[in-house]
Amino acid sequence: MPRQPTARRTYDGVVACQPVTIPYVRYSPESAAWWIGSALHQLVLQSGLRPQDLDGFSLSSFTAAPDTAIGLTQHLGLTPRWLDHIALGGASGVVALRRAARAVQAGDAEFVACVGADTNHVDSFRKTLSSFSRFAQDAVYPYGSGGPNASFALITRNYMNRFGARREDFGKICVAQRDNALSVPHALMKQELTLEAYLAARPIADPIHLFDCVMPCAGAEAFLVCRAEMARSQGWAGVQVLSTIERHNAFSDDPIQTRGGWAMDAGELWAMADVRADGIDFVETYDDYPVISMLQFEDLGFCGKGEGPDFVRSHTLTNDGSFPHNTSGGQLSVGQAGAGGGYLGLVEAIRQLTGTALGRQVPNARIGLVSGFGMINYDRGLASCAAILARSA
Amino acid sequence: MSTPLVRPKRKNPLARTRLPLLPQGARSRTAHGLTAAAAEGRFALQVCENCAHIPYPPRDACPRCLSARLTFGDVDPNGRLIAETTIRVSTDPYFRERTPWRVGTVKLDAGPVIVAHLHGDTVEGERVKLVLKLDKSGSAVMLALPAQETPNMQADPHLREMTSDPLYRRVLISDGRNAVGQAMAKAFSEAGASIVFIGIADPWKPFAGMAELSKIERVEIVPLDVTDTESVTELAAQNGGRIDIVVNTAEHVRPGGIIERGNLNVARDEMDIRYFGTLRLAQAFGPALRFRGADGVNSAAAFVNLLSVHALMNWPAYGANSAVEAACLSASQCMRAELRPGGVRVLNAFFGPLETEWFQTVPPPKLAPAALAKAVVAALKDGNEDIFVGDIAQDIRERFKTNPKALERELGSH
Amino acid sequence: MATPDLLAFANAVATGAIRVVDLTQTLSPEFPTIVLPPEFGQCAPFRSEEVSRYDARGPAWYWNNFTVGEHTGTHFDAPIHWISGKDLPDNAVDTIPPQKFIAPAAVLDCSAEAAANPDFILTIEFVERWEGQHGQIAPGSWVLLRTDWSKKSYADYAGLREDGAHTPGPSPAVVKWLVEARDVHGFGTETIGTDAGQAHHFNPPYPAHFYMHGKGRYGLQCLTRLDLLPPTGAIIFAAPLKIKQGSGSPLRVLALLPGGSA
Repeated sequence: MPRQPTARRTYDGVVACQPVTIPYVRYSPESAAWWIGSALHQLVLQSGLRPQDLDGFSLSSFTAAPDTAIGLTQHLGLTPRWLDHIALGGASGVVALRRAARAVQAGDAEFVACVGADTNHVDSFRKTLSSFSRFAQDAVYPYGSGGPNASFALITRNYMNRFGARREDFGKICVAQRDNALSVPHALMKQELTLEAYLAARPIADPIHLFDCVMPCAGAEAFLVCRAEMARSQGWAGVQVLSTIERHNAFSDDPIQTRGGWAMDAGELWAMADVRADGIDFVETYDDYPVISMLQFEDLGFCGKGEGPDFVRSHTLTNDGSFPHNTSGGQLSVGQAGAGGGYLGLVEAIRQLTGTALGRQVPNARIGLVSGFGMINYDRGLASCAAILARSA
Repeated sequence: MSTPLVRPKRKNPLARTRLPLLPQGARSRTAHGLTAAAAEGRFALQVCENCAHIPYPPRDACPRCLSARLTFGDVDPNGRLIAETTIRVSTDPYFRERTPWRVGTVKLDAGPVIVAHLHGDTVEGERVKLVLKLDKSGSAVMLALPAQETPNMQADPHLREMTSDPLYRRVLISDGRNAVGQAMAKAFSEAGASIVFIGIADPWKPFAGMAELSKIERVEIVPLDVTDTESVTELAAQNGGRIDIVVNTAEHVRPGGIIERGNLNVARDEMDIRYFGTLRLAQAFGPALRFRGADGVNSAAAFVNLLSVHALMNWPAYGANSAVEAACLSASQCMRAELRPGGVRVLNAFFGPLETEWFQTVPPPKLAPAALAKAVVAALKDGNEDIFVGDIAQDIRERFKTNPKALERELGSH
Repeated sequence: MATPDLLAFANAVATGAIRVVDLTQTLSPEFPTIVLPPEFGQCAPFRSEEVSRYDARGPAWYWNNFTVGEHTGTHFDAPIHWISGKDLPDNAVDTIPPQKFIAPAAVLDCSAEAAANPDFILTIEFVERWEGQHGQIAPGSWVLLRTDWSKKSYADYAGLREDGAHTPGPSPAVVKWLVEARDVHGFGTETIGTDAGQAHHFNPPYPAHFYMHGKGRYGLQCLTRLDLLPPTGAIIFAAPLKIKQGSGSPLRVLALLPGGSA
């Protein structure tokens, strides 16, 4: 029977800070541990902390296998009193933030290093996919694609059939993101993308074409979670967490995914932050495919279900536009560094809100929304999450 | 409408043979419940015994009520194709060389949503019927067929890939001396095999049916004695590269048990003809079959064993024979694993007493050789792996499944 | 009698002054065997499995294991083979005295008669006519029935039809007479079996086996090249394998003839 949910605690007194990105490469002979270690090294260098100060460690990485976070503690010489391994793909960043924030609030840890990193060997993608999940092994991988392309093609196709989205609508998202990426030094896609080129690109799995797909690569993203007061005393610019939501395996009876978990909890996200959709200065969605970004616009409440195409047509999505979206270019233009893709939006949000964007700064960025999504298990992404972040006063 | 299959041209002898690749065959143990159904040509899904929910993919607890009592049972295979895609680029080596490849989402009337391979005649938004097929890896996959039969349906490339259709393939029947071998020759010729080689041992011994055999279209009699290694090796050396389906019809049925026979004479013949004969055929033809598993329209497709259903449980009246059939059954399971890398199927057709002379005193129901042949051809067209032909075979199988010890007593009651 | 010079004998064989003719069919899987009613135990055909051939199974050698029946291919029948000879002394291949393996041969040419009639039966009259030309059969001689049957295709050789085999052989009377009146050593044929193909209808059935073995005499079957032998004068070497209580065995049958090149 429906129960009145307990009022959730705020995230007062906690900040996310110290954004780290280790520049991406298409293929790397290095191990995941090398990328993870590089991110922590950069974190330590830029923060002035010593490794032993990191008493909390949260790791998201596919290619660290057979290691998980615990193996990396010995490998990297950490002795944390709080440890987490978050295997949620594109939802890893926001979920890592949620976990770490509560740990810091409770005093279980002082400095939690959150890392999303993956290497990319020439066979990493194929190998990761073939053992991605039991349902993928049993009911998806044998069906032709060798990856999520076919699954998202079906989702895209269904969305286009039901709501009248056209390829041009998705193309607009991709073109704007490419525009945002051109000023980001480590973005792997360096050429301008026009709508014509997007439409003419080679088909992968109808209706998905080349520029609807991210480029898997090697890379690392990281940030630190600590008490606001600690950040201030260190002279670090930190970012407040106004609200977060998380939901997994939502709407499992929908024959094909047309909405994600955000639709269940979006009201709570806005209410807890005491912010409205029009108060958001930029949005970082999880963009494994542009259709998912469109779902996030709808399910997070920027428009109604099925209104995504109209919303995209009536807004400018570049950093200087009416709805700055995926302000560093998103995975579609920067690259998907495995689990790093689940961190990319959050790390970019921290940069935008602390005025330290690597590319083009969104003017007057005070409040940003980061959305995560991931873990396509059978035919749909299971994990979803979102956070509203604010520049520290 | 599928394009009708065209009889393939002669292979260029200087061209390299495309080597077999397999789609991913790894499955959880629970998912192999689908493989068990596909092997017999059934459509089954898990049904929760507690709340009647039908989940998919196969799993270990009901997602409605968490009960672990999920059992595979026959389910209505009809539904609607609600979305489709054509894969044009794949990282998977098998599919990479077979694009474009259609897959889609089917909403079954029975409830679950199923990602399936799509027959070329299925249309998005229209009704479809799902079937379970064994793909080249030997694991089960879902295939959506049009709800109504369409012209040339069997010619669809997905279906051709997942079955061992004798049409335009070259068949070897190991023994044409017996009624079953002769019935097979007729059935395979009628199924459109481009040639049916049929083996005759000891040509100096006359046999009934020789004249009839020679009259069947596209039948060619070849010397073959499955008890003679040299004979089998020689035939394989000459013809192994142009045989796509091997059907082992060599038989040696004699009544008698283990203790009561009192000597090894007949047992030796039984072993030599049935078990060692199977081994000789497997060793001589297996490597070439495996090599040619992806060799075009008339690729090597299957090895067919005809096994007494008493390979499962000994029938003491024919006890020595049953034991040898059990040996052949075990060997066939090994052969399955050995031929699988080539995507070549081993079909086991289990039969009860036949309408042939050595079962003369056994009361009906008995299986006519023509019926066995018909069932084998149908199973190859469907891509099945284990079939139980006729009333007795099906009955024995049911009894074996539900209580093998009771069956042991029932069969040994005389 | 003065002891013959054995060294001279060996020399004569080596130089061809004494000619050696091989009367043996090659032991191979294709060679027809006797076929009995399916309810009875059958004669095992010759089968060979290679053990190694200068390969991983045996790097420097080649050898085979074979299976074969005692009565497969060119073979010797011992008296113990038949019920009528079962209790005679020295009646198995391992107990027959070895000097019995060397004996002269009388070769009866029935090739014309057999060509005309596959069911040709050898009679006393035929033998007496032959003796009129070539002299009485000496005691202790093999009597070899030359029919040129070994020159036929395997299908014709076996001569199998709907009512059984149709191949030439001796009458009950002639076999009895050869044993009792001529004290022969044994009876040899080119066909599968010393008896005619239809001998199951004779009285007694299979008289060559019944009378020969019943009196401790021997049989030779599936001989070949009898057409190269003179009517008399050839010496037959036919020593079966020394199988414990064996009823017979495949063997090498050699004929030694006087005179030089072929």
